[in-house]
Parts: sequence; structure tokens; C-alpha cells
Amino acid sequence: MHSSKSRKARFLIFGLLALVMVFPFYYMLVLSFTPNESALKYPPQLLPVHLTWSNYVQAWQSNHFQLYFLHSLWVSVVSTVLGTLIACAAAFAISRFRFIGRKLIYVIFLGSMMVPSMTFILPQFKEMEHLHLLNSLNGLLLVYTAGMIPFTTFLMKGFFDDIPKEIEDAVIIDGGGKWTLFWRIMMPMALPSLVTAVLFNFMGGWDDYTLALTFINDPHKWTLPIALQLFQGQHTSAWGMIFAASVIQVLPIIVVFIVFQRHIIRGLMAGAVKG
Amino acid sequence: MVGKFRQGLRHHLGIYLFLLPAVGFFLVFSAYPIIYSFVMSFTNWPIVGSPQFVGFHNYSQVLHDPVVGTSLVNALFYLIVSVPIQIILGLLVAIGLDRPMRGRGALRLMYYIPVITSWVVVTLLFEYLFNTDYGIINWILMSLHMSQNAIPWLANRYSALTVAAILGGWKGIGWAMMIFLAGLQGVPDELYESAAIDGAGKWKQFWSVTLPMIRGTFFFVTVMLVMGAFQVFISVFILTGGQPANETQVPLVWMYQQAFSNLEFGYAAAFSWIITAIIIVFTVIQFWVFRPRSVQEV
Repeated sequence: MHSSKSRKARFLIFGLLALVMVFPFYYMLVLSFTPNESALKYPPQLLPVHLTWSNYVQAWQSNHFQLYFLHSLWVSVVSTVLGTLIACAAAFAISRFRFIGRKLIYVIFLGSMMVPSMTFILPQFKEMEHLHLLNSLNGLLLVYTAGMIPFTTFLMKGFFDDIPKEIEDAVIIDGGGKWTLFWRIMMPMALPSLVTAVLFNFMGGWDDYTLALTFINDPHKWTLPIALQLFQGQHTSAWGMIFAASVIQVLPIIVVFIVFQRHIIRGLMAGAVKG
Repeated sequence: MVGKFRQGLRHHLGIYLFLLPAVGFFLVFSAYPIIYSFVMSFTNWPIVGSPQFVGFHNYSQVLHDPVVGTSLVNALFYLIVSVPIQIILGLLVAIGLDRPMRGRGALRLMYYIPVITSWVVVTLLFEYLFNTDYGIINWILMSLHMSQNAIPWLANRYSALTVAAILGGWKGIGWAMMIFLAGLQGVPDELYESAAIDGAGKWKQFWSVTLPMIRGTFFFVTVMLVMGAFQVFISVFILTGGQPANETQVPLVWMYQQAFSNLEFGYAAAFSWIITAIIIVFTVIQFWVFRPRSVQEV
């Protein structure tokens, strides 16, 4: 009796607090579905009055939005595939074999995660300038790829370490090499944790503002976050449209997160315990 | 002998092939830039012509720049406001959502949504919520008679920094919660049971069981959040850009503007190393504060 009562109280307290946490998103959603003028009303309107899709239509069709959406998709998908695979290969080698330089590589990767990412931006800018990769989406995605490698290596090494050694021996007895072991055994077995790495790497590119701002000046090559902020600068009072565009930017991540919730939370926790 | 050597060589080559791409990317985009940045901090970068070695000139310029002082004080203010929000609420929510109950997964997700939303979106959202004329925050404050007139949040130093810190705190609660949840999994239920038998209430259990058991997690969260607070960038960059009159500058925004608006790359590089040094000092202090003291206790 007592326990069920306290459970109800717990649900109530943390439920209310959770509502406060997501209130800004609720408000954003409401404004994205109401005409622009109502965003400037005072007192603020908390409930949707004249529901309309017009902000979404306007956001999607104007200001090269579709182009920016595609750019963001391209840089985040390609960098995620590259970065995750490269990091998995490295994590596999570090986790499974002893070789000269093993510890050194691991320590240097870990150490580099401590350096503020901003420290890299100035020299990277000069470097990209020399390599003629400024204003290039492919240049940008290479920087994203590089940025995700150390952490993903660290995360995946932790997961590979948990895969029992006996499985590996069975492959080697069957005459399989390192390549077989990596593709046929380790990657499939690490799949649930791979989901976490993939989502976080994707988010890194999809949500990035700073690197794109620095390396891309040409308005024809912007990505979504840059475009969003500049929309707001140009149409300071078109909040309905800005929030519609924001919802389009945020939604893919939240949907993927909800779909893979279990995997991600488990992966996150495993990563956190090891960190 | 030779055969064995050759076998070892082949073994190593096979392994290095797996590492080559990762190490290659690392050398080109991380290691080289770090060295480059260090060299850069000792040179001046004229707009035309080649860079010249200037010794510690950039470092002394940074240390004599009043804006740097302002930015560091502001970063401390941001830290003092945003880090406790994340630690206290993150831990509270983690404890509340640790045990099974209906809707636990959905609630965890609700706390985590701000973490997975891009900084640009939440910053624009907060800019709207804290708008002077039609923002909901001013409306709430005035309706509850907590403020007589509309507060121009972003026009003044500490009110603007407060907005940034609340944003940072709110966005990070879910992250702290997730790490604390992971830490709480390592606390055996028996400890709570025996504490309860000893007559310890919930509050006592928290201080004598939970906190000591998650000491490592607590340390990790604190270190990461303090590091993050010194690196606040996008929110302040978009909300105020350091204005008015550089009063709301934070270290990375000022560094960024010195490089990309004022083209003072040498200065910015030197400043970025000073920021790194400050972060290291703060981390070392925390290692000292959290150092294991179990020797006397046990």
C-alpha cells in the first residue's frame, strides 16, 4: 500500500518536472502551427488557435531550404558512415590484438578528447585554406569524420572488449582471418552499441553550427543550422516560420531516438560507466 | 628465426591496416592542427605577407586585454549558475527515475530531448521565450508580480548571461541524469536495505549510501560540466555576440571574433592555449578535491 502511494507521488513529481522541461518544445510546436502574427501577441497564446500548415509550406519552399536540408543530410550521412567504420576498425585492432604502439594510440586518442574542439578550429581553417577545401561540403564532412573518430574508437573498444575471446578462437580455428573476424563476428555482435555510435555521430554533423559557420561562406553551400540562424536574422519577427523550420531540423533526431530508445539508452549507459 | 620474424611482420602489418585510416585522419585533422596552433600562437599573421615570429607577444597581449578578464569572469558566472542546475536536478531526476515505475522510459526521454536538440534551435527558442516585449518569461514574471516592468534580458550583462546559463543548465540536465542513472546501477540494493534496517531514512540513505557509492560518477559529471562551461559558445554567440560593448563576452566567443572578425589569428591561438591551460588547472583542482580519502576512513 505504502509503496504504491509513494510510487504515485514519484510519478507526479517527476512527471510535472518533465512537463516543465519539454514546455519550450511544446510552445515551439504550437507557434509553428499558428499564423506568424500570433507569435508576436501579448499576452502569449499557449494554445493553438488557428491551426495552419502555412509556416511549414513557407519554410520548406523558401530560402533554398530544401537545398540546405540535402546538404546537411549529405555531410552528416557520409561522415557518419566513414567515421564510424574507420573508428570501428581501429577499435577492433586495439581491443583484439597486441602490437607495438597500441597503448600510445589509445592514450593519444583519449588525450585529444580533452582538448577543447575550438582549439582545433583556427589551425583547421588555415589548413583547409591551403588544401582548397574552404567552401566545400566534402571538406566539411572530412573534418566531421576526423572529429568523431577518437570518441567512437573509445566507445567501440569498450564494446568489443566485452565480446568473449572464445568466439574469436572459433573463427580462427575455422581458418578465418582478421577481416572475417571483424565483419562476420565483431560488427554484428556490436550492432546494438553501434546504433548509439551511429546516432551520436550523425547528430554531430546534423546539429553542427560552428564548423559549418567557419568553413562555409558561400550561401549556396550552407547547411541547415547555419541557414536557420540566418533566417532568424533576416526575418526577425517571422517566428512561426522559423519554428516550423526548427521542427523540421529537430524531428528526424527525435524520431530516431524514440525508435531506438532502448538500444541507445543501454549503449549510453555502458559508455558512461566505462568513461 | 627468419620465418618467425616474417610471420610477426605480417601479423603487425595486418593490424596496422585496420588502424591506418583512423591514424591518418587523426594526424591530418587533429595532430597537425594542434602543432600548427602552437606555432601560430608565437607568430603574427599579417593579412598579406608571411607570418613572423613574435615570441610571447600574443600571450602578453591576451593577458593585458580587459575583454579577456571580462570573458573569464563571465565564464565563471555561467559555470556557477549552470553547473549546479545540471548536477542537482540531474541527480534528483536520476534517483527518481532509477527504480521501475510506469512511464519511466517516456519520462527519461522527456528529460533527454533538450540534450539531443541542436544548440541553434534551442538558442533561437530561448531568444523568443526571453523576448522583452512578447516573451513568455516576462509575461509570467509580471503576472506573478515578480517584476514591475518587462526585463530587457539580452541588453544587460548579467541578465543576458543568466539566460545563457539557464539555457545551458536546462539543456544539460538530461545528460547528467543519464550518467547518474548509469552510476546508480552500480549501487547494490542490499546497501539500501541494510541502511533501512539500521533505521536510516531516505535522506540519510542518500548521504550515507548513494553519494559515497557514486562518488566516481559525481566526479566525472562535475569535471565534464566544468570543462563544458568554459567552452560555452553557440548560445552566447547567437544571443548577444558578446555585446553590448563586449560586456557579455565569454572566452570562446571572444577568441572566435578575434580570429574571424578581426583577423588576429596569432592572438586567438594564444588565447585558445590560455583557455586550455585554465581548463586543465580547474580539472586538476577537481582531482585534488575528489581525491580518495578512504585510507583514513577505512
